[in-house]
Parts: sequence; structure tokens; C-alpha cells
Amino acid sequence: MKRIMTFISAIFISTTLQAMGMEDDPLLYKVMIEKLELREAEGADPLVLDGEVWIGYDLDKFWIKSELERPGGETEELELQLLYSRAISAFWDIQIGWRRDLVPDPERDWLAVGLKGLAPYLFEVDATLFAGESGQIGLRLDAEYEYLFTQRLVLSPEFEINLHTKDDEEVGIGSGLSDLSLGLRLRYEVLKEFAPYVGISWSKRFGDSADFAREEGEDVSDVQWLVGLRAWF
Amino acid sequence: MSRHNDLLLQEGLYLTRRRFVKGLSLAGAAAMGLHPAGLLAGAGKGEGMPRLRGREFNLSLSQTAVNFTGSTAVATTVNGSLPAPTLRWREGDRITLNVTNLLPETSSIHWHGIILPSAMDGVPGISTGFDGIAPGETFRYQFDLKQSGTYWYHSHSGFQEQTGLYGAIVIDPKEPEPFSYDRDYVVVLSDWTDEDPNDVYAKLKKLSHYYNLNERTHADLMRDLERKGLSATWNERKMWGEMRMSQRDLSDVTASTYTYLMNGTSPAEGWIGLFKAKEKILLRIINASAMTFFDLRIPGLKMTVVAADGQYVEPVTIDEIRLGVAETYDVLVEPAEGVAYTLFAQDIARSGYARGTLTPHPSMTAPVPALDKVADLGHADMGMSMHHHMGHGMPAADHSQHEMSAPMDHSQHQMTGGMDHSQHTMPTHGGKPQPNPSDFSSGPVKHAPTEYGPHVDMLSEDPQYRLDDPGVGLRNNGRRVLTYADLRSLHTTREDPDPDREIELHLTGNMGRYMWSINGVKHADAEPLRWRLGERLRINFVNDTMMNHPMHLHGMWSDLESGDNNHLPRKHTVIVQPGSRISYRVNVDAEGGWAYHCHLLYHMLGMFRTVIVS
Repeated sequence: MKRIMTFISAIFISTTLQAMGMEDDPLLYKVMIEKLELREAEGADPLVLDGEVWIGYDLDKFWIKSELERPGGETEELELQLLYSRAISAFWDIQIGWRRDLVPDPERDWLAVGLKGLAPYLFEVDATLFAGESGQIGLRLDAEYEYLFTQRLVLSPEFEINLHTKDDEEVGIGSGLSDLSLGLRLRYEVLKEFAPYVGISWSKRFGDSADFAREEGEDVSDVQWLVGLRAWF
Repeated sequence: MSRHNDLLLQEGLYLTRRRFVKGLSLAGAAAMGLHPAGLLAGAGKGEGMPRLRGREFNLSLSQTAVNFTGSTAVATTVNGSLPAPTLRWREGDRITLNVTNLLPETSSIHWHGIILPSAMDGVPGISTGFDGIAPGETFRYQFDLKQSGTYWYHSHSGFQEQTGLYGAIVIDPKEPEPFSYDRDYVVVLSDWTDEDPNDVYAKLKKLSHYYNLNERTHADLMRDLERKGLSATWNERKMWGEMRMSQRDLSDVTASTYTYLMNGTSPAEGWIGLFKAKEKILLRIINASAMTFFDLRIPGLKMTVVAADGQYVEPVTIDEIRLGVAETYDVLVEPAEGVAYTLFAQDIARSGYARGTLTPHPSMTAPVPALDKVADLGHADMGMSMHHHMGHGMPAADHSQHEMSAPMDHSQHQMTGGMDHSQHTMPTHGGKPQPNPSDFSSGPVKHAPTEYGPHVDMLSEDPQYRLDDPGVGLRNNGRRVLTYADLRSLHTTREDPDPDREIELHLTGNMGRYMWSINGVKHADAEPLRWRLGERLRINFVNDTMMNHPMHLHGMWSDLESGDNNHLPRKHTVIVQPGSRISYRVNVDAEGGWAYHCHLLYHMLGMFRTVIVS
């Protein structure tokens, strides 16, 4: 609420800085397409989109995160998160909000509490705890690193795991370690804002998640080559 | 010397090959609502900044089309000139300037380094009774000149300084200068971008290393492994990895967007300064850039520094000078007959350079040196204890400083005079009277509670006085580089009173979030600093960031403790090196509101204090 007042006062109240025509903390937004990639898989080649948008100030922002997977022109997975993000330390933001899985059917809603930031050794980390319906708890941990071969050629390994406390067979979630994926992407930054890449992704489902996948005729473990684009503005 | 050359020399002091307002079409000018004749009148002055002399001036601020990069962009200019006309004044004169704002937004002019009443200082909202010059309005500045030397002026509104609103001031002294020269040239260094400065600022907020195209890469790691071995390389990478900082965070904005200018001339063309045989030349070097620290040298020529920030210093002969943003240095050079020289000013991040030629003939040029290798920040630049130094790049004196780091009694220290570490930070002047050294014994550093939080990413644990440190990228480079320890006021400051009180200011920020502050509090949230008229302050800076910050106090001199308190050099802008301490004294002798800030344009919005003297 205080922040909303600041939004309003920033517009109407003239401060010294504004008299100088300067606002040190202007309202900004950033649209990031972290991944827009076509993967080569057995069967239909999936299109994967991983995008984020934020709008706000230095320490307070609203975030939208979305993940989409579309093999063969049919959406298999679509997830949307709406989060309020508050900086809590030099390198970390706490993010609190709501997640909805629109696909697969039936839809699932979650409360989300996450930490996003830069861990020591320069790992970009997004760790989120999700509280779902009927006592389901999920934990997602995503970590990414950037290794610069040159100023423009960047190798980026990525690691993601999902854990859940309960089975949810309708949407293919098994308890315990549900899935793990490792990615390796090599991008070329034509501009910092525009970087095509190639890469490889390996993913595996475990336990009941693996069983549910088998029942659906899906792969339990998969290696996929991929080409894509990373962009922001 | 040809007749043509003589004509060039007579035409004025400022000669450049720059096409004034290049690429300008009259249609384009008309579209911007400018009167073409006005631009042509500006251009008619020839190929340098126009030079205006006298007591009364009419300056008009307007938009002008420029082309430094191959594409046309809109600049904010004074009388259609970029840099603005050079103003030549005389000490003792009363100066009147009628500044008319033809820009579509509020503007202002600040006379940087000039001692004048607050109301004439030109900072909207801070200078007494001044709210800026509204579009279409004329503001009359009037003040008496109590000083001489090289200064400059610039807008203090928005980002207009980035888009060209800056120019040189030269004040001729009443008494003859304590040195002689046959010719003087103003050398205005600046940084130009075709981008909207608001976009530059937004990009820095979204990706703070956006403009850094010299990050460490695979090749640097391999070289380290080869030279330092696995264990040392691992330890170093581990430390930087734990800190989550870039060891190449030297400059926020670089040649990836900037074209560096010398007297408004791009390096592709190069500014040209002509000289005749046997002439002694005074170069009045001004760093008028928005964000760029320049390291300037003239291969083959020694420079003798005779003034810093317009104030005389004991002459010191050097090869190279680092100019923080807003600093000025006057140097004497004596070129050999029939030889051309390159004025080479590379940016601190080694991403590009501004260039000029001192030459007996416009057709004679000199080779342009390659950019230096990009430096890595060292331990000292993080304000870390030298006890675990990695043994690279630090001048010897720092080692002795840390041996002396035990807190010591102030009075005892002054009694004993030449303590080991104090001597180290002073230039050696054989046969000079016993110096009156500053107290550079810094006790343990204390950080205010406001320095802790998401807005601050680093706190110096053991910041040291590093007056004889030429700074990152200039250490042990084989050239004699000017340091603050070399600066001794030409006049004695023996009679200056001791400070009545001390205040400590910590320069703070979060590079990744691109937030800047003082003591962890940004200007918008800060109470003004209230100083008593007539007091003498000692201001102690601690830099809790990994960047150099050029701190500029308006309205009052900063008497820098450079080693000998009998010869404190007077400055208006003082570089506070990364992770270091520095102290200066201020005679609080100017009533009213004053700005006090980092002169890096994209830092100053937060790293700023209003000072109220009453």
C-alpha cells in the first residue's frame, strides 16, 4: 500500500529531484524471453517458451512468469505466475504470489513463495515453494550459470528439479523427486538484448511421476537438441 | 611555416577539423523549430568552439542536430555549439550572463568550480531561490570573480549534460601566472552517445553490465592458470565468486555506446592544435564527460602540471594524468621543433579514446597508441585488508600503510611528524621544510545501520588512504602517473585553521540493482547536511563500492589532504577511489543551499546530498 502511495506521489508531488528533472528510481519494465526454442524430440518437436515480465522500482516489482510447452501444435503445459517481488538483501528478492497451471487439464492453483537472486559463485537461482490444493506442496529449484567464452559467446548450464509431497495422478505429478532436467545452451549475443542459441536438454521423471508418464505413453527420460532465441527489452 | 598556417593560428586558439554541426540539413533544422540562421551564425565562427570574451554574455540553450557517429542525433547546446562556447573572463570582473532557454524543457547552467552566491550556482531546487530556467525564459546570472584558472560550465537539469550542454571557462588572473607560456589551448574531453540518456539509465537498471564489453572470459582464466597456477587462480575466482562482483566493473558506460570527443571532435577526425617552433603551450584539460574517467598522455612529451581544478600547484612533471569526471588540470608542454604529437585520452575501461594532435602543420600527424590492456580490480579496490593481498598491481606504499594500520593517538601522531606511513604518502621534496602531515591513521571502519540492506552490495572492511595510488589500470605501467600525493598547493596553507569538526560520508551502492547513495541513503530520502557558517570541516570519505566516485562540493573549496597540511591543494572535485578513504577540509564560508554529489551523471541522482549552510 505504501508503495502504491509512492506510485501516486511520484506522479503528483514535486520534489527537489524532480525540479532537477531527475528521478533516481523511475518506474521501469522489462520483458524477457528467457527461452523461445524448438526442441528435437521423438515424435512431435516441442516448442518451448519461458518468459518473464517485471514492472516496478528498484526494490519493489510485480513479476509475471510463464512457461509453455507445445509439442506438435498442441499445448501440453502452460503455467502462469503472478508475483509481488521485494528485495530483501543485496542479491536476493522474495517473491510471493499465485501460480495457475492452465494446462494440463484440470487446472491447478498454487500459492507461491520464492527466492530469486544471485547466489555466491554467480549462480542465478530461483527457488520457489508452492502450496497447492488439498495439501499438496511443491518445491522447484532452478539454477543457471554463465560462462563467457568471449564477450558475446556465452555457455549457460542450467539445472532444474521439482519435488512434491503428494501424488496428483490427474496432472501426472508423483510425490518425492518428480523430475530433473539439465540444460546446456550456447548463445551468441548479437546484442545483449538479442541472442540466438543452440543447446541440449536432458530430462528425467522419477518415481510415480515416471509411472504416470509411462501410462500416458510419454517418455520417462529424454535428450533433446534445441535451437532458440533469448531476448529482452 | 606556411602562410596558411599562420592564418590558422591567428584565427583563434581553438582549431579543429570538425565540421560544425555535421550532417545538418536546413530542412531538418527547420523541422526541429530552429532558425537555420542561428545555427549558421554559430558555425560561422570556424572550426572550434566559439570563444566569447568580456563581462556580459548572452547564451541561448537550444536543440541542435549533430553527427558524431555517422547518424544524426539531437544535442542540447549553448549558442548552437557543442562543446558550448569557451567563456574567457578576467579575475575581479563582475560577470553577467543572460541565459535564454529555447529547449522544450526546464534547464539551468551551473558554473563548475566558481565561488559565487548560492542563488547564482544554478542548481534547480537547491540554489537559493532558483527553480531552473523554464522554456522560453531568460535567467540573468551575475557574480564577481574572485579566482582565476580553468573551469567549466554545464547544465544541472536532467541528463542535458550527457547530450552536450557543457563548455569551458578560462579566467585570466589579475596577477601574472607563476609560469609562462606562448599559447594556450582548452582541451575539453567528453562522451557522446546517440542514445537517449533516459534509455541509458534504464538499461543500466535492467542489466547493470550492459555496456561492459570487457568482462573476464575463458581466455583470462586460461592465462591466469598459466601464470598464477591452479591454486592462486582458484582462490581468486572463489573470492570474486563469493562477492558476486565483476572484477572488470571499471566504468558503467563505455565505448559500446560512447564516442569520446576532444573539443567536440571524434577520434576518427581528431582535434588539431597547431604550434610554432619553440613555443611553450599550456593545455587546459577539462573532463566534461557524463560518465567517463580519462587517462591522458602525450607520447613523447612530458607534461608539467601547474594547476589542478583551476588552482596553482607546485609544478610536477609527469607522463600521464587520470582525470575524474569534472576535474581539470593545466599542464605545460614543450614540443620539439617539427614534431607532431598525439594527445591520447583513453577511458578507464579501455574501451575507447578521445584523440587530438599537437602539430606544427595540419598535415603532420603522430601515431595513435593502442589501448592499454584492461585491468582487473584488486583487493584494495574492494576495501579489503592488505593482509591477504595477492601481490599484484599495488604500489609499495600500500604495504607500509597496512603495517601501520594500528589506530594511533592523533595528537601524538602530529607531534612526531614524519611517521613512517605518512612519509610514504608524500612526494619527496629535498630540502623543503618539515611537512605537517595529515592524520592518515584510520581506525576500524564503522558502517551506519542505514548501510545494511538490499540497496548496498559491499562494505569496505579495511579502507585505506591511497593518495599515492594512481588507481586501477595505471599501477606499475612504466609511466610516471600523477597521483593526489603529488598535488601540493603552490601557496602555503600553514595559516589555515585546524578543522572544528569531522564528518564521515560513506559512498554506497548496489551495482547489480544500479542504486547509488551516501551512507546508504539516497538523496530523495536524505535530510540535508546542515553546516554552520564559519566552521572548518574535515570530511572523511569511505568508498564502500568498487567504483571511483568524483565527489563535487558546490560553492566551497575542498582542501585535499594530500600529505602535507602546509600545502593543501584546493579542489572542487575529488576522486574517491574504490574501497579507499580520503579526507579534505572545507571552509564553510558560503551561505545558502549547495549541491554535493558524485559527478557521474547516472550515479548522482542517488549519490547526492543537499548542503544547507546557515
